Amino acid sequence: MDRRHFLNLAAVGGGAVFASGLAGCATARTQGMAQGDHKDFYFVQLSDTHWGYQGPANPDAQVTLRKAVATVNALPTPPEFVVFTGDLTHTTDDPAERRRRLAEFKTIVADLKVKTVRFMPGEHDASLDRGAAFKEYFGDTFYTFDHKGVHFIAIDNVSDPGAKIGDEQLAWLKADLAKLDKQAPIVVLTHRPLFDLAPKWDWATRDGAQAVELLMPHQNVTVFYGHIHQEHHQMTGHIAHHSAKSLIFPLPAPGSQPNRAPLPWDPSAPYKGLGFREVEAEDAGKTYTVTEFPVVRA
Amino acid sequence: MSKGLSRRLVLQGALAGAGVAWVGAGSAEQGEPRVIEMVARRFAYEPNEIALKAGERVVVAIKSIDFVHGMNIPDLNKRLDLVPGTITRLELLPQTAGEIEFVCDNFCGDGHETMHGRFVVRA
Repeated sequence: MDRRHFLNLAAVGGGAVFASGLAGCATARTQGMAQGDHKDFYFVQLSDTHWGYQGPANPDAQVTLRKAVATVNALPTPPEFVVFTGDLTHTTDDPAERRRRLAEFKTIVADLKVKTVRFMPGEHDASLDRGAAFKEYFGDTFYTFDHKGVHFIAIDNVSDPGAKIGDEQLAWLKADLAKLDKQAPIVVLTHRPLFDLAPKWDWATRDGAQAVELLMPHQNVTVFYGHIHQEHHQMTGHIAHHSAKSLIFPLPAPGSQPNRAPLPWDPSAPYKGLGFREVEAEDAGKTYTVTEFPVVRA
Repeated sequence: MSKGLSRRLVLQGALAGAGVAWVGAGSAEQGEPRVIEMVARRFAYEPNEIALKAGERVVVAIKSIDFVHGMNIPDLNKRLDLVPGTITRLELLPQTAGEIEFVCDNFCGDGHETMHGRFVVRA
């Protein structure tokens, strides 16, 4: 029994795991193999932890992140790495408090058994100081790395308070993509949606279309992002975009109500709508299967 | 205020959802528009609901007092940066009844998500 088969059985049997296969939706399959060391693997995406938030939308905010870390640590097969796609902390005007929150967050996630952890900023971390505090604790706000033949690109669309990637970073992206074969598997990690998901709720990247245009010639691109505190799956051409759940409070479906206020906490179902996901790379990194996990497994 | 009209914004768009068509095409021949003053502050527009009348040309004169707030009006495919120390003028000529929303799209702090408003156009 392989790991994914086990997960699907767990979903059917215990209801503790929701598994959604995205093959055919998430990415277009391509002919031929790109060069490189391609092996199936999986990573975990956590997003929008908002450490420092205090409010009725999550009266359990002091322990939610810690419980999620424990759940990740208890996965039967450890992920090869973990990514946090922004809003690690809840925003504050006080630079000292911002740093205190970033430091506490870093201490908590240091308990992850998996030691390869990638961090990205969200607007709550970075927009009020253009990423200065984030960089002190986590380094660059945009970067690339490679894992088993898949090229990962972390795009920063939050350090500019106007939700712009900016000309400099777009030029960097263009230069990075120019080095790749058009068939190479690419995963983009970012915080905001790169497409206009719901501009009336500020769920967009002002120059995201330019990034998508640069990515379009590449045949195997998948985007994982956060910001909207819920699962959402959308295609722009052949590029799949998948948003992740939050670990603080869920938000309503795009445009489903006048305001984007947090969904109320349900005392009868703590952590409802919250969680993290496994992302399993298959087919030489050209297809991805996403499996959603709750904060606490039964 | 008439000097400010030299920065007229020509707005064209259509609201597929609300069925409201907008055309900004003010000219001196049409007379002076009604001026509506608005303040942008963390984390609200004041007022955040503005009543307009179809066929009436207006100028919304917006003063930001604490941040370079944004004003994004997706249905008009129009956005503005509201720079403190300046008055930003938005000229509108609504044609038919309906509502159109606007939102701050420059992240301004804990409460940014509540900073939005709407124009309500009556026939």
